[in-house]
Amino acid sequence: MAQPAVIESSTEVSFLQARGRFRGIFSWIFSTDHKRIGLLYLTGILTFFSVAVILGFLMRLEQLSEGPTIVQPQAYNTLFTLHGVIMIFLFIIPGIPAIFGNFFLPIQIGARDVAFPRLNLLSWWLYITGAILALASLFLGPGFADTGWTFYVPYSIRTGTNVSLALFAAFILGFSSILTGLNFITTIHRLRHPKMGWFNMPLFQWSLYATSWVQIVATPILGITLLLVLFERLFGIGIFDPAKGGDPILFQHLFWIYSHPAVYIMILPAMGVISELIPTFANRTIFGYRFIAYSSLAIATVGNLVWAHHMFVSGQSYTADVVFSLLTFLVAIPSAIKVFNWLATLYKGSIVLEPPMLWALSFLFTFTIGGLTGIMQGTLAINVQVHDTYFVVGHFHYVMFGGTGFALFGALHYWFPKMFGKMYNRKVATAAWLLTFIGFNVLYFTMLVLGWEGMPRRYYDHLPQFHTEHVIATVGSWVLVLGIFLMFGNLLYALFRGKKAPANPWNGNTLEWKTSSPPPVENFVHEPEVQVDPYEPNGETVHG
Amino acid sequence: MFSSAANIAEKVDFVFALVLGISIFFMVLITTLLVVFVLKYRRSRHPKAENIRGNTALEITWTVIPTILVLIMFYYGWISFGFMRKAPPGAMEVKVTGRMWSWLFEYENGIQSDTLYVPYGKPVKLILSSQDVIHSLFIPAFRVKQDVVPGMTNSLWFTAQELGTYDILCAEYCGLQHAYMLAAVKVVPEEEFLHWYETNRPEATQEEVTAQEGASSAGSVKRGERLVRIRGCIACHSTDGSPRVSPSFKGLYGSTTTVITGDKERQVVVDDEYIRRSMLEPNADIVKGFQPLMPSQKGVVTEEEIRDIIAYIKSLK
Repeated sequence: MAQPAVIESSTEVSFLQARGRFRGIFSWIFSTDHKRIGLLYLTGILTFFSVAVILGFLMRLEQLSEGPTIVQPQAYNTLFTLHGVIMIFLFIIPGIPAIFGNFFLPIQIGARDVAFPRLNLLSWWLYITGAILALASLFLGPGFADTGWTFYVPYSIRTGTNVSLALFAAFILGFSSILTGLNFITTIHRLRHPKMGWFNMPLFQWSLYATSWVQIVATPILGITLLLVLFERLFGIGIFDPAKGGDPILFQHLFWIYSHPAVYIMILPAMGVISELIPTFANRTIFGYRFIAYSSLAIATVGNLVWAHHMFVSGQSYTADVVFSLLTFLVAIPSAIKVFNWLATLYKGSIVLEPPMLWALSFLFTFTIGGLTGIMQGTLAINVQVHDTYFVVGHFHYVMFGGTGFALFGALHYWFPKMFGKMYNRKVATAAWLLTFIGFNVLYFTMLVLGWEGMPRRYYDHLPQFHTEHVIATVGSWVLVLGIFLMFGNLLYALFRGKKAPANPWNGNTLEWKTSSPPPVENFVHEPEVQVDPYEPNGETVHG
Repeated sequence: MFSSAANIAEKVDFVFALVLGISIFFMVLITTLLVVFVLKYRRSRHPKAENIRGNTALEITWTVIPTILVLIMFYYGWISFGFMRKAPPGAMEVKVTGRMWSWLFEYENGIQSDTLYVPYGKPVKLILSSQDVIHSLFIPAFRVKQDVVPGMTNSLWFTAQELGTYDILCAEYCGLQHAYMLAAVKVVPEEEFLHWYETNRPEATQEEVTAQEGASSAGSVKRGERLVRIRGCIACHSTDGSPRVSPSFKGLYGSTTTVITGDKERQVVVDDEYIRRSMLEPNADIVKGFQPLMPSQKGVVTEEEIRDIIAYIKSLK
């Protein structure tokens, strides 16, 4: 095939320096370049993450002693609601797809941009609008919602706090997520490099593909559910409140029909990242490519059918309890398959422990604890004891933070030199990883113990028998926060003062490593060669 | 870590031990392999990697074995859960009402109590309902929990196997004082329970009061004091003037207070009629500076009980 007809002089300029139609900040917030949009998300998402980390830190501080410590009950109830809403809707759901999906989905398949660049920009604007509305509800009216991020009725209908605006914000954020999903699916179907078949794609693409389907299929249900609560609050229509003839259990079903698949929206892209990091730093191809790819699709499919495992003690029917427990166990199997394949990828590799690899390996540890504690919760008899306790809180932090969060940090360290053309201090990055990993386990493993002993979640105060564990957990949170901010400080420093990074600092084999760091506006100056096996070092290329 | 305070607890703990054992096995296996591979195949020791693309036999092995294991865990979880869901016939029934932010336990003979008394070794079935939002009755030592949902009745059962006092917690977030929606379950020998059950019958207490004080206002005050305790009023209204989420009862009667009716502010004098209305239609007048939190007590309190409660509030000067 002939060389593509690209004008080199216009494409060699990196996307960071390129001059578009606008200047200054407008060259970012009105840019339709997927890379710039990815960095816009990066800025927003990590800012909100930092805010929510501080909220979590304050919650832990409140638990340092029995009785009031630093805040009053109403403030504490707002703290955990805000922490949850920000972490879920502004950090972890957009998270990896919005940042790294936007940036690397087109590059890894050899495309110039996503299929609908303007729609992509609209998604970011919806994200920012939703975020502003959510934060505005802090200052407008009677204060931020105190319902927990789950907005359970009838409490959420009766509380005097500003639930309506928070719900509307989540509704808007849902649209952002749907449009991104739509864009990614179309891009993968239509814009893959002509020589790249489905099974020549990096596994990150497979995970984004599976995630996008869940986003499109499940998110509208959240939208309609939140609208129904809004109607009930504003117009007094009795849909969920039993005092008006409604059914609160119906709300829980509708809420979890989205919010459980949302867990897979959060974790699947993380699994995709891990599938990139492990072969790169083991310097060999991945073990069981097709099994990892298909297991993503299996998780995305079965994951839509397990939601009522959040409701084993709600009073739903016994048959529903049993069926949903069984389906929950089945969804564990594809996750287990992935873990075994990642482990096997280390076998006879040539392993380099760079910071991204440390995050990936610690992911295997923390995600497995998250998965196994998930199995415990799926077990009907055990669920009764641990439901709505710190066990659940510990479990989903192991999956969401130890899983998705660690993968996101791994992705950040892996792709940072590519995105910015700068290299960070690797020793500091390693120290930050170690602190985060230790603090994380001290904090959240202690929560698992507390939960099994019966400490309910969303408690402003604790009984004396839980005191020692609460102190340990709080000390863990200090180490964790120290690690996180050391990591961000190190990366921020590198952004301004870091050494210039080469095009391929990690000997990666996927297409993003075959262009300059940072990439040019058009992503590639010369059309890249597509490998049959995307991970094999210097592997055979696709002909024909 | 393990409890044998109730028959349910033993069933749950058996399943927990099983799943925990399997989990620890996999954690040890995965962590060991991870560490061994990283040490053995690190670049300095193993500079040339081998590109092993996969192994179908291995894939089948690590699909089939976990599948069998999860089905075993599912099965045992299901069996114990089925046991928890089916109360034996003849279990002693206690009606439990959850409301922001306290519990009420009502026995078949009419006893109302803020503490759950149960006889040792006898099956007890709790019939759960809510007056306002969703709560969840949780006794960690017994390994039982069930949501208490307005508009429907749920139930749970257990047989207590160890004498003592255990915590009852609310496990479903229910607002401001959620963390303080606590009660206790007292497991006592059967004779002791029967004695308590007989001497605390409403008729019995009525007679006692009547004998002591006559049907006087003093008797009414005493009954009122008991009512505000067991009906959960004092979760929000203090009786000593200290601030809580709702106006204190102390010095309330006869005072002038500012309320918001609809959108308008107005002054009212707290009298019998005002207190009665506040109980039956709590959202009609909201005291300025407070939230409309109180559930209506219509159908919950009788006219005599309202009179007793008013008498008690009157006595708190």
